[in-house]
Amino acid sequence: MNSAKYNALLSKYSTLVIFIIPALTIFTMFVVLPIIEAAYYSFYRWDGYGDPNKYVGLKNYKYLFKNKTFILSLKNNFYIIAISLFIQLPFALLVALMISDKIRGANFFRTVFFLPYILAEIVTGLIWAYIYDGNYGMVAAIWNFFGADPPHMIAEKETAMIALYIVIFWKYFGIHMMIYIAGLQNISKEVLEAARVDGAGPITTAWRIKIPIILPTIRLSVFLSILGALQLFDIIMPLTGGGPSNQTHSMVTYLYYFGVMRMKFGFGSAIGVVIFLICFTIAITYQRTLMRKD
Amino acid sequence: MYLFLFLLAGIIFIPLYVSISGGFKTIGDLRTNSLGLPTEWIVGNYTSLLVDNKFWLFTWNSVLYAAGTTFLVILLASMTAFVFAHMKFVGSRFLFNYFILGLTFPFATAILPLFLRVRDLGLLGSVWAVILPQIAFGLAFAIILFRGFFRQMPSELFDAAFVDGCTYSQFYFKFTLPLSTPIIATVAVINLVGSWNNYLLPLIMINSESLYSWPLGIMVFRGEYITDWPKILAFVSLTLIPAVVFFLALQRFIVAGLTGGAVKE
Repeated sequence: MNSAKYNALLSKYSTLVIFIIPALTIFTMFVVLPIIEAAYYSFYRWDGYGDPNKYVGLKNYKYLFKNKTFILSLKNNFYIIAISLFIQLPFALLVALMISDKIRGANFFRTVFFLPYILAEIVTGLIWAYIYDGNYGMVAAIWNFFGADPPHMIAEKETAMIALYIVIFWKYFGIHMMIYIAGLQNISKEVLEAARVDGAGPITTAWRIKIPIILPTIRLSVFLSILGALQLFDIIMPLTGGGPSNQTHSMVTYLYYFGVMRMKFGFGSAIGVVIFLICFTIAITYQRTLMRKD
Repeated sequence: MYLFLFLLAGIIFIPLYVSISGGFKTIGDLRTNSLGLPTEWIVGNYTSLLVDNKFWLFTWNSVLYAAGTTFLVILLASMTAFVFAHMKFVGSRFLFNYFILGLTFPFATAILPLFLRVRDLGLLGSVWAVILPQIAFGLAFAIILFRGFFRQMPSELFDAAFVDGCTYSQFYFKFTLPLSTPIIATVAVINLVGSWNNYLLPLIMINSESLYSWPLGIMVFRGEYITDWPKILAFVSLTLIPAVVFFLALQRFIVAGLTGGAVKE
């Protein structure tokens, strides 16, 4: 091998190594290893100091699935997913269909509907905590106007979850609407023109042509919505903090209050592993089946 | 249809309006008149925050976290993606899939071990306690976006430069980066917004007030004033207004970044 070629090869491999090592190191240390360590710690009872040495087998998991609050938090996560999929996303699609065409004010509506998505979850939660406040809030003002006794929506067991659903809906329908609009705008003009010539009305066009064409986009938004719902945390903290009497926990707020705050590294890791397994199973089955062709 | 759209726009706007106007009210005014304009405009809630050093400290810390994370994600992810897009080597497919796997890892699962790692590295009292994990969790998606973009660049450019004796690293700095501004903007938006709004990670990692990001600061503030809503709403509005202005000014990039990023995947 002559030296010029050798030098070129050397330069290639040194670049390769220098370019890839930093990302690889950080990714391994702060993403991959922690996930593996969580699985390992979950078999121990441990306060985080010294090495984990109190092996407890599956006890953390057994306790978890007997714990009413955790089961409720798991259910809450799935209710949120159900409401997102059956109410929020169809609603977002409906709005997207309305304003994806060049109607008057389309840009204005798009901007407004997307706005809540860019607000921080914490800010969203605080605004709504005020709105729901039974003494000072807007909901109270409306009740007072009609001469009724104002409810304390986020302080009462029966209404706290509903209050949370409303906020989630308010904050996130805009991003799904935008994703659908992006998909709808990629539909070729010829297809729509052909449909119009054939005498298809707007509803038929939407149902028979637009929705089938953007199905991959819809599948993607369903996927993002499920994974997002499973990791819900920020928005719950300022609103209810999991209360009243632990009625509105998600799995992640449960992990925070009962694992992190109490410094239970083994138990907390077990919760994390359950969240991981649910997300991972959903992601893999989803990609293997529904998103295969996309 | 327009009635419906305007109604919906109203539902989106009213919470924002009541927060901003609420910050100008007295607590009594807020109680009896939560929907109307303030009977008397009180600016004290806003001005006392604007001269509060802590308010600016928290904002500055958030700027540091967001800027550090975004800059390093762009640099490291684009270098890695460059390797995947232009160099053939044994194990490249495996390595790429290794990064991609990271997309399905929920952040919550990692927090406790992540806290221990950061503690054992002695980083708990520094900005790196927030920046490094944020970079790590931002890499996978950024690498996918960059790789897709780099692959679409004309290969003639690369061949020509190579014949002229350009090395890989020269090519990366002279051609790839300058030609990649659209995708850099996309990745920047995703990471800036993500870092700016992040709550869980700083909550776990940071215990000294001098390093608080603004979401931590606002939650402490809320804890101090509990039902003194005008004060809290003023703080909320002060974070709201720059976010809205930023959004309106860079709307194109933000929407492309947040939805385009998702759609292109």
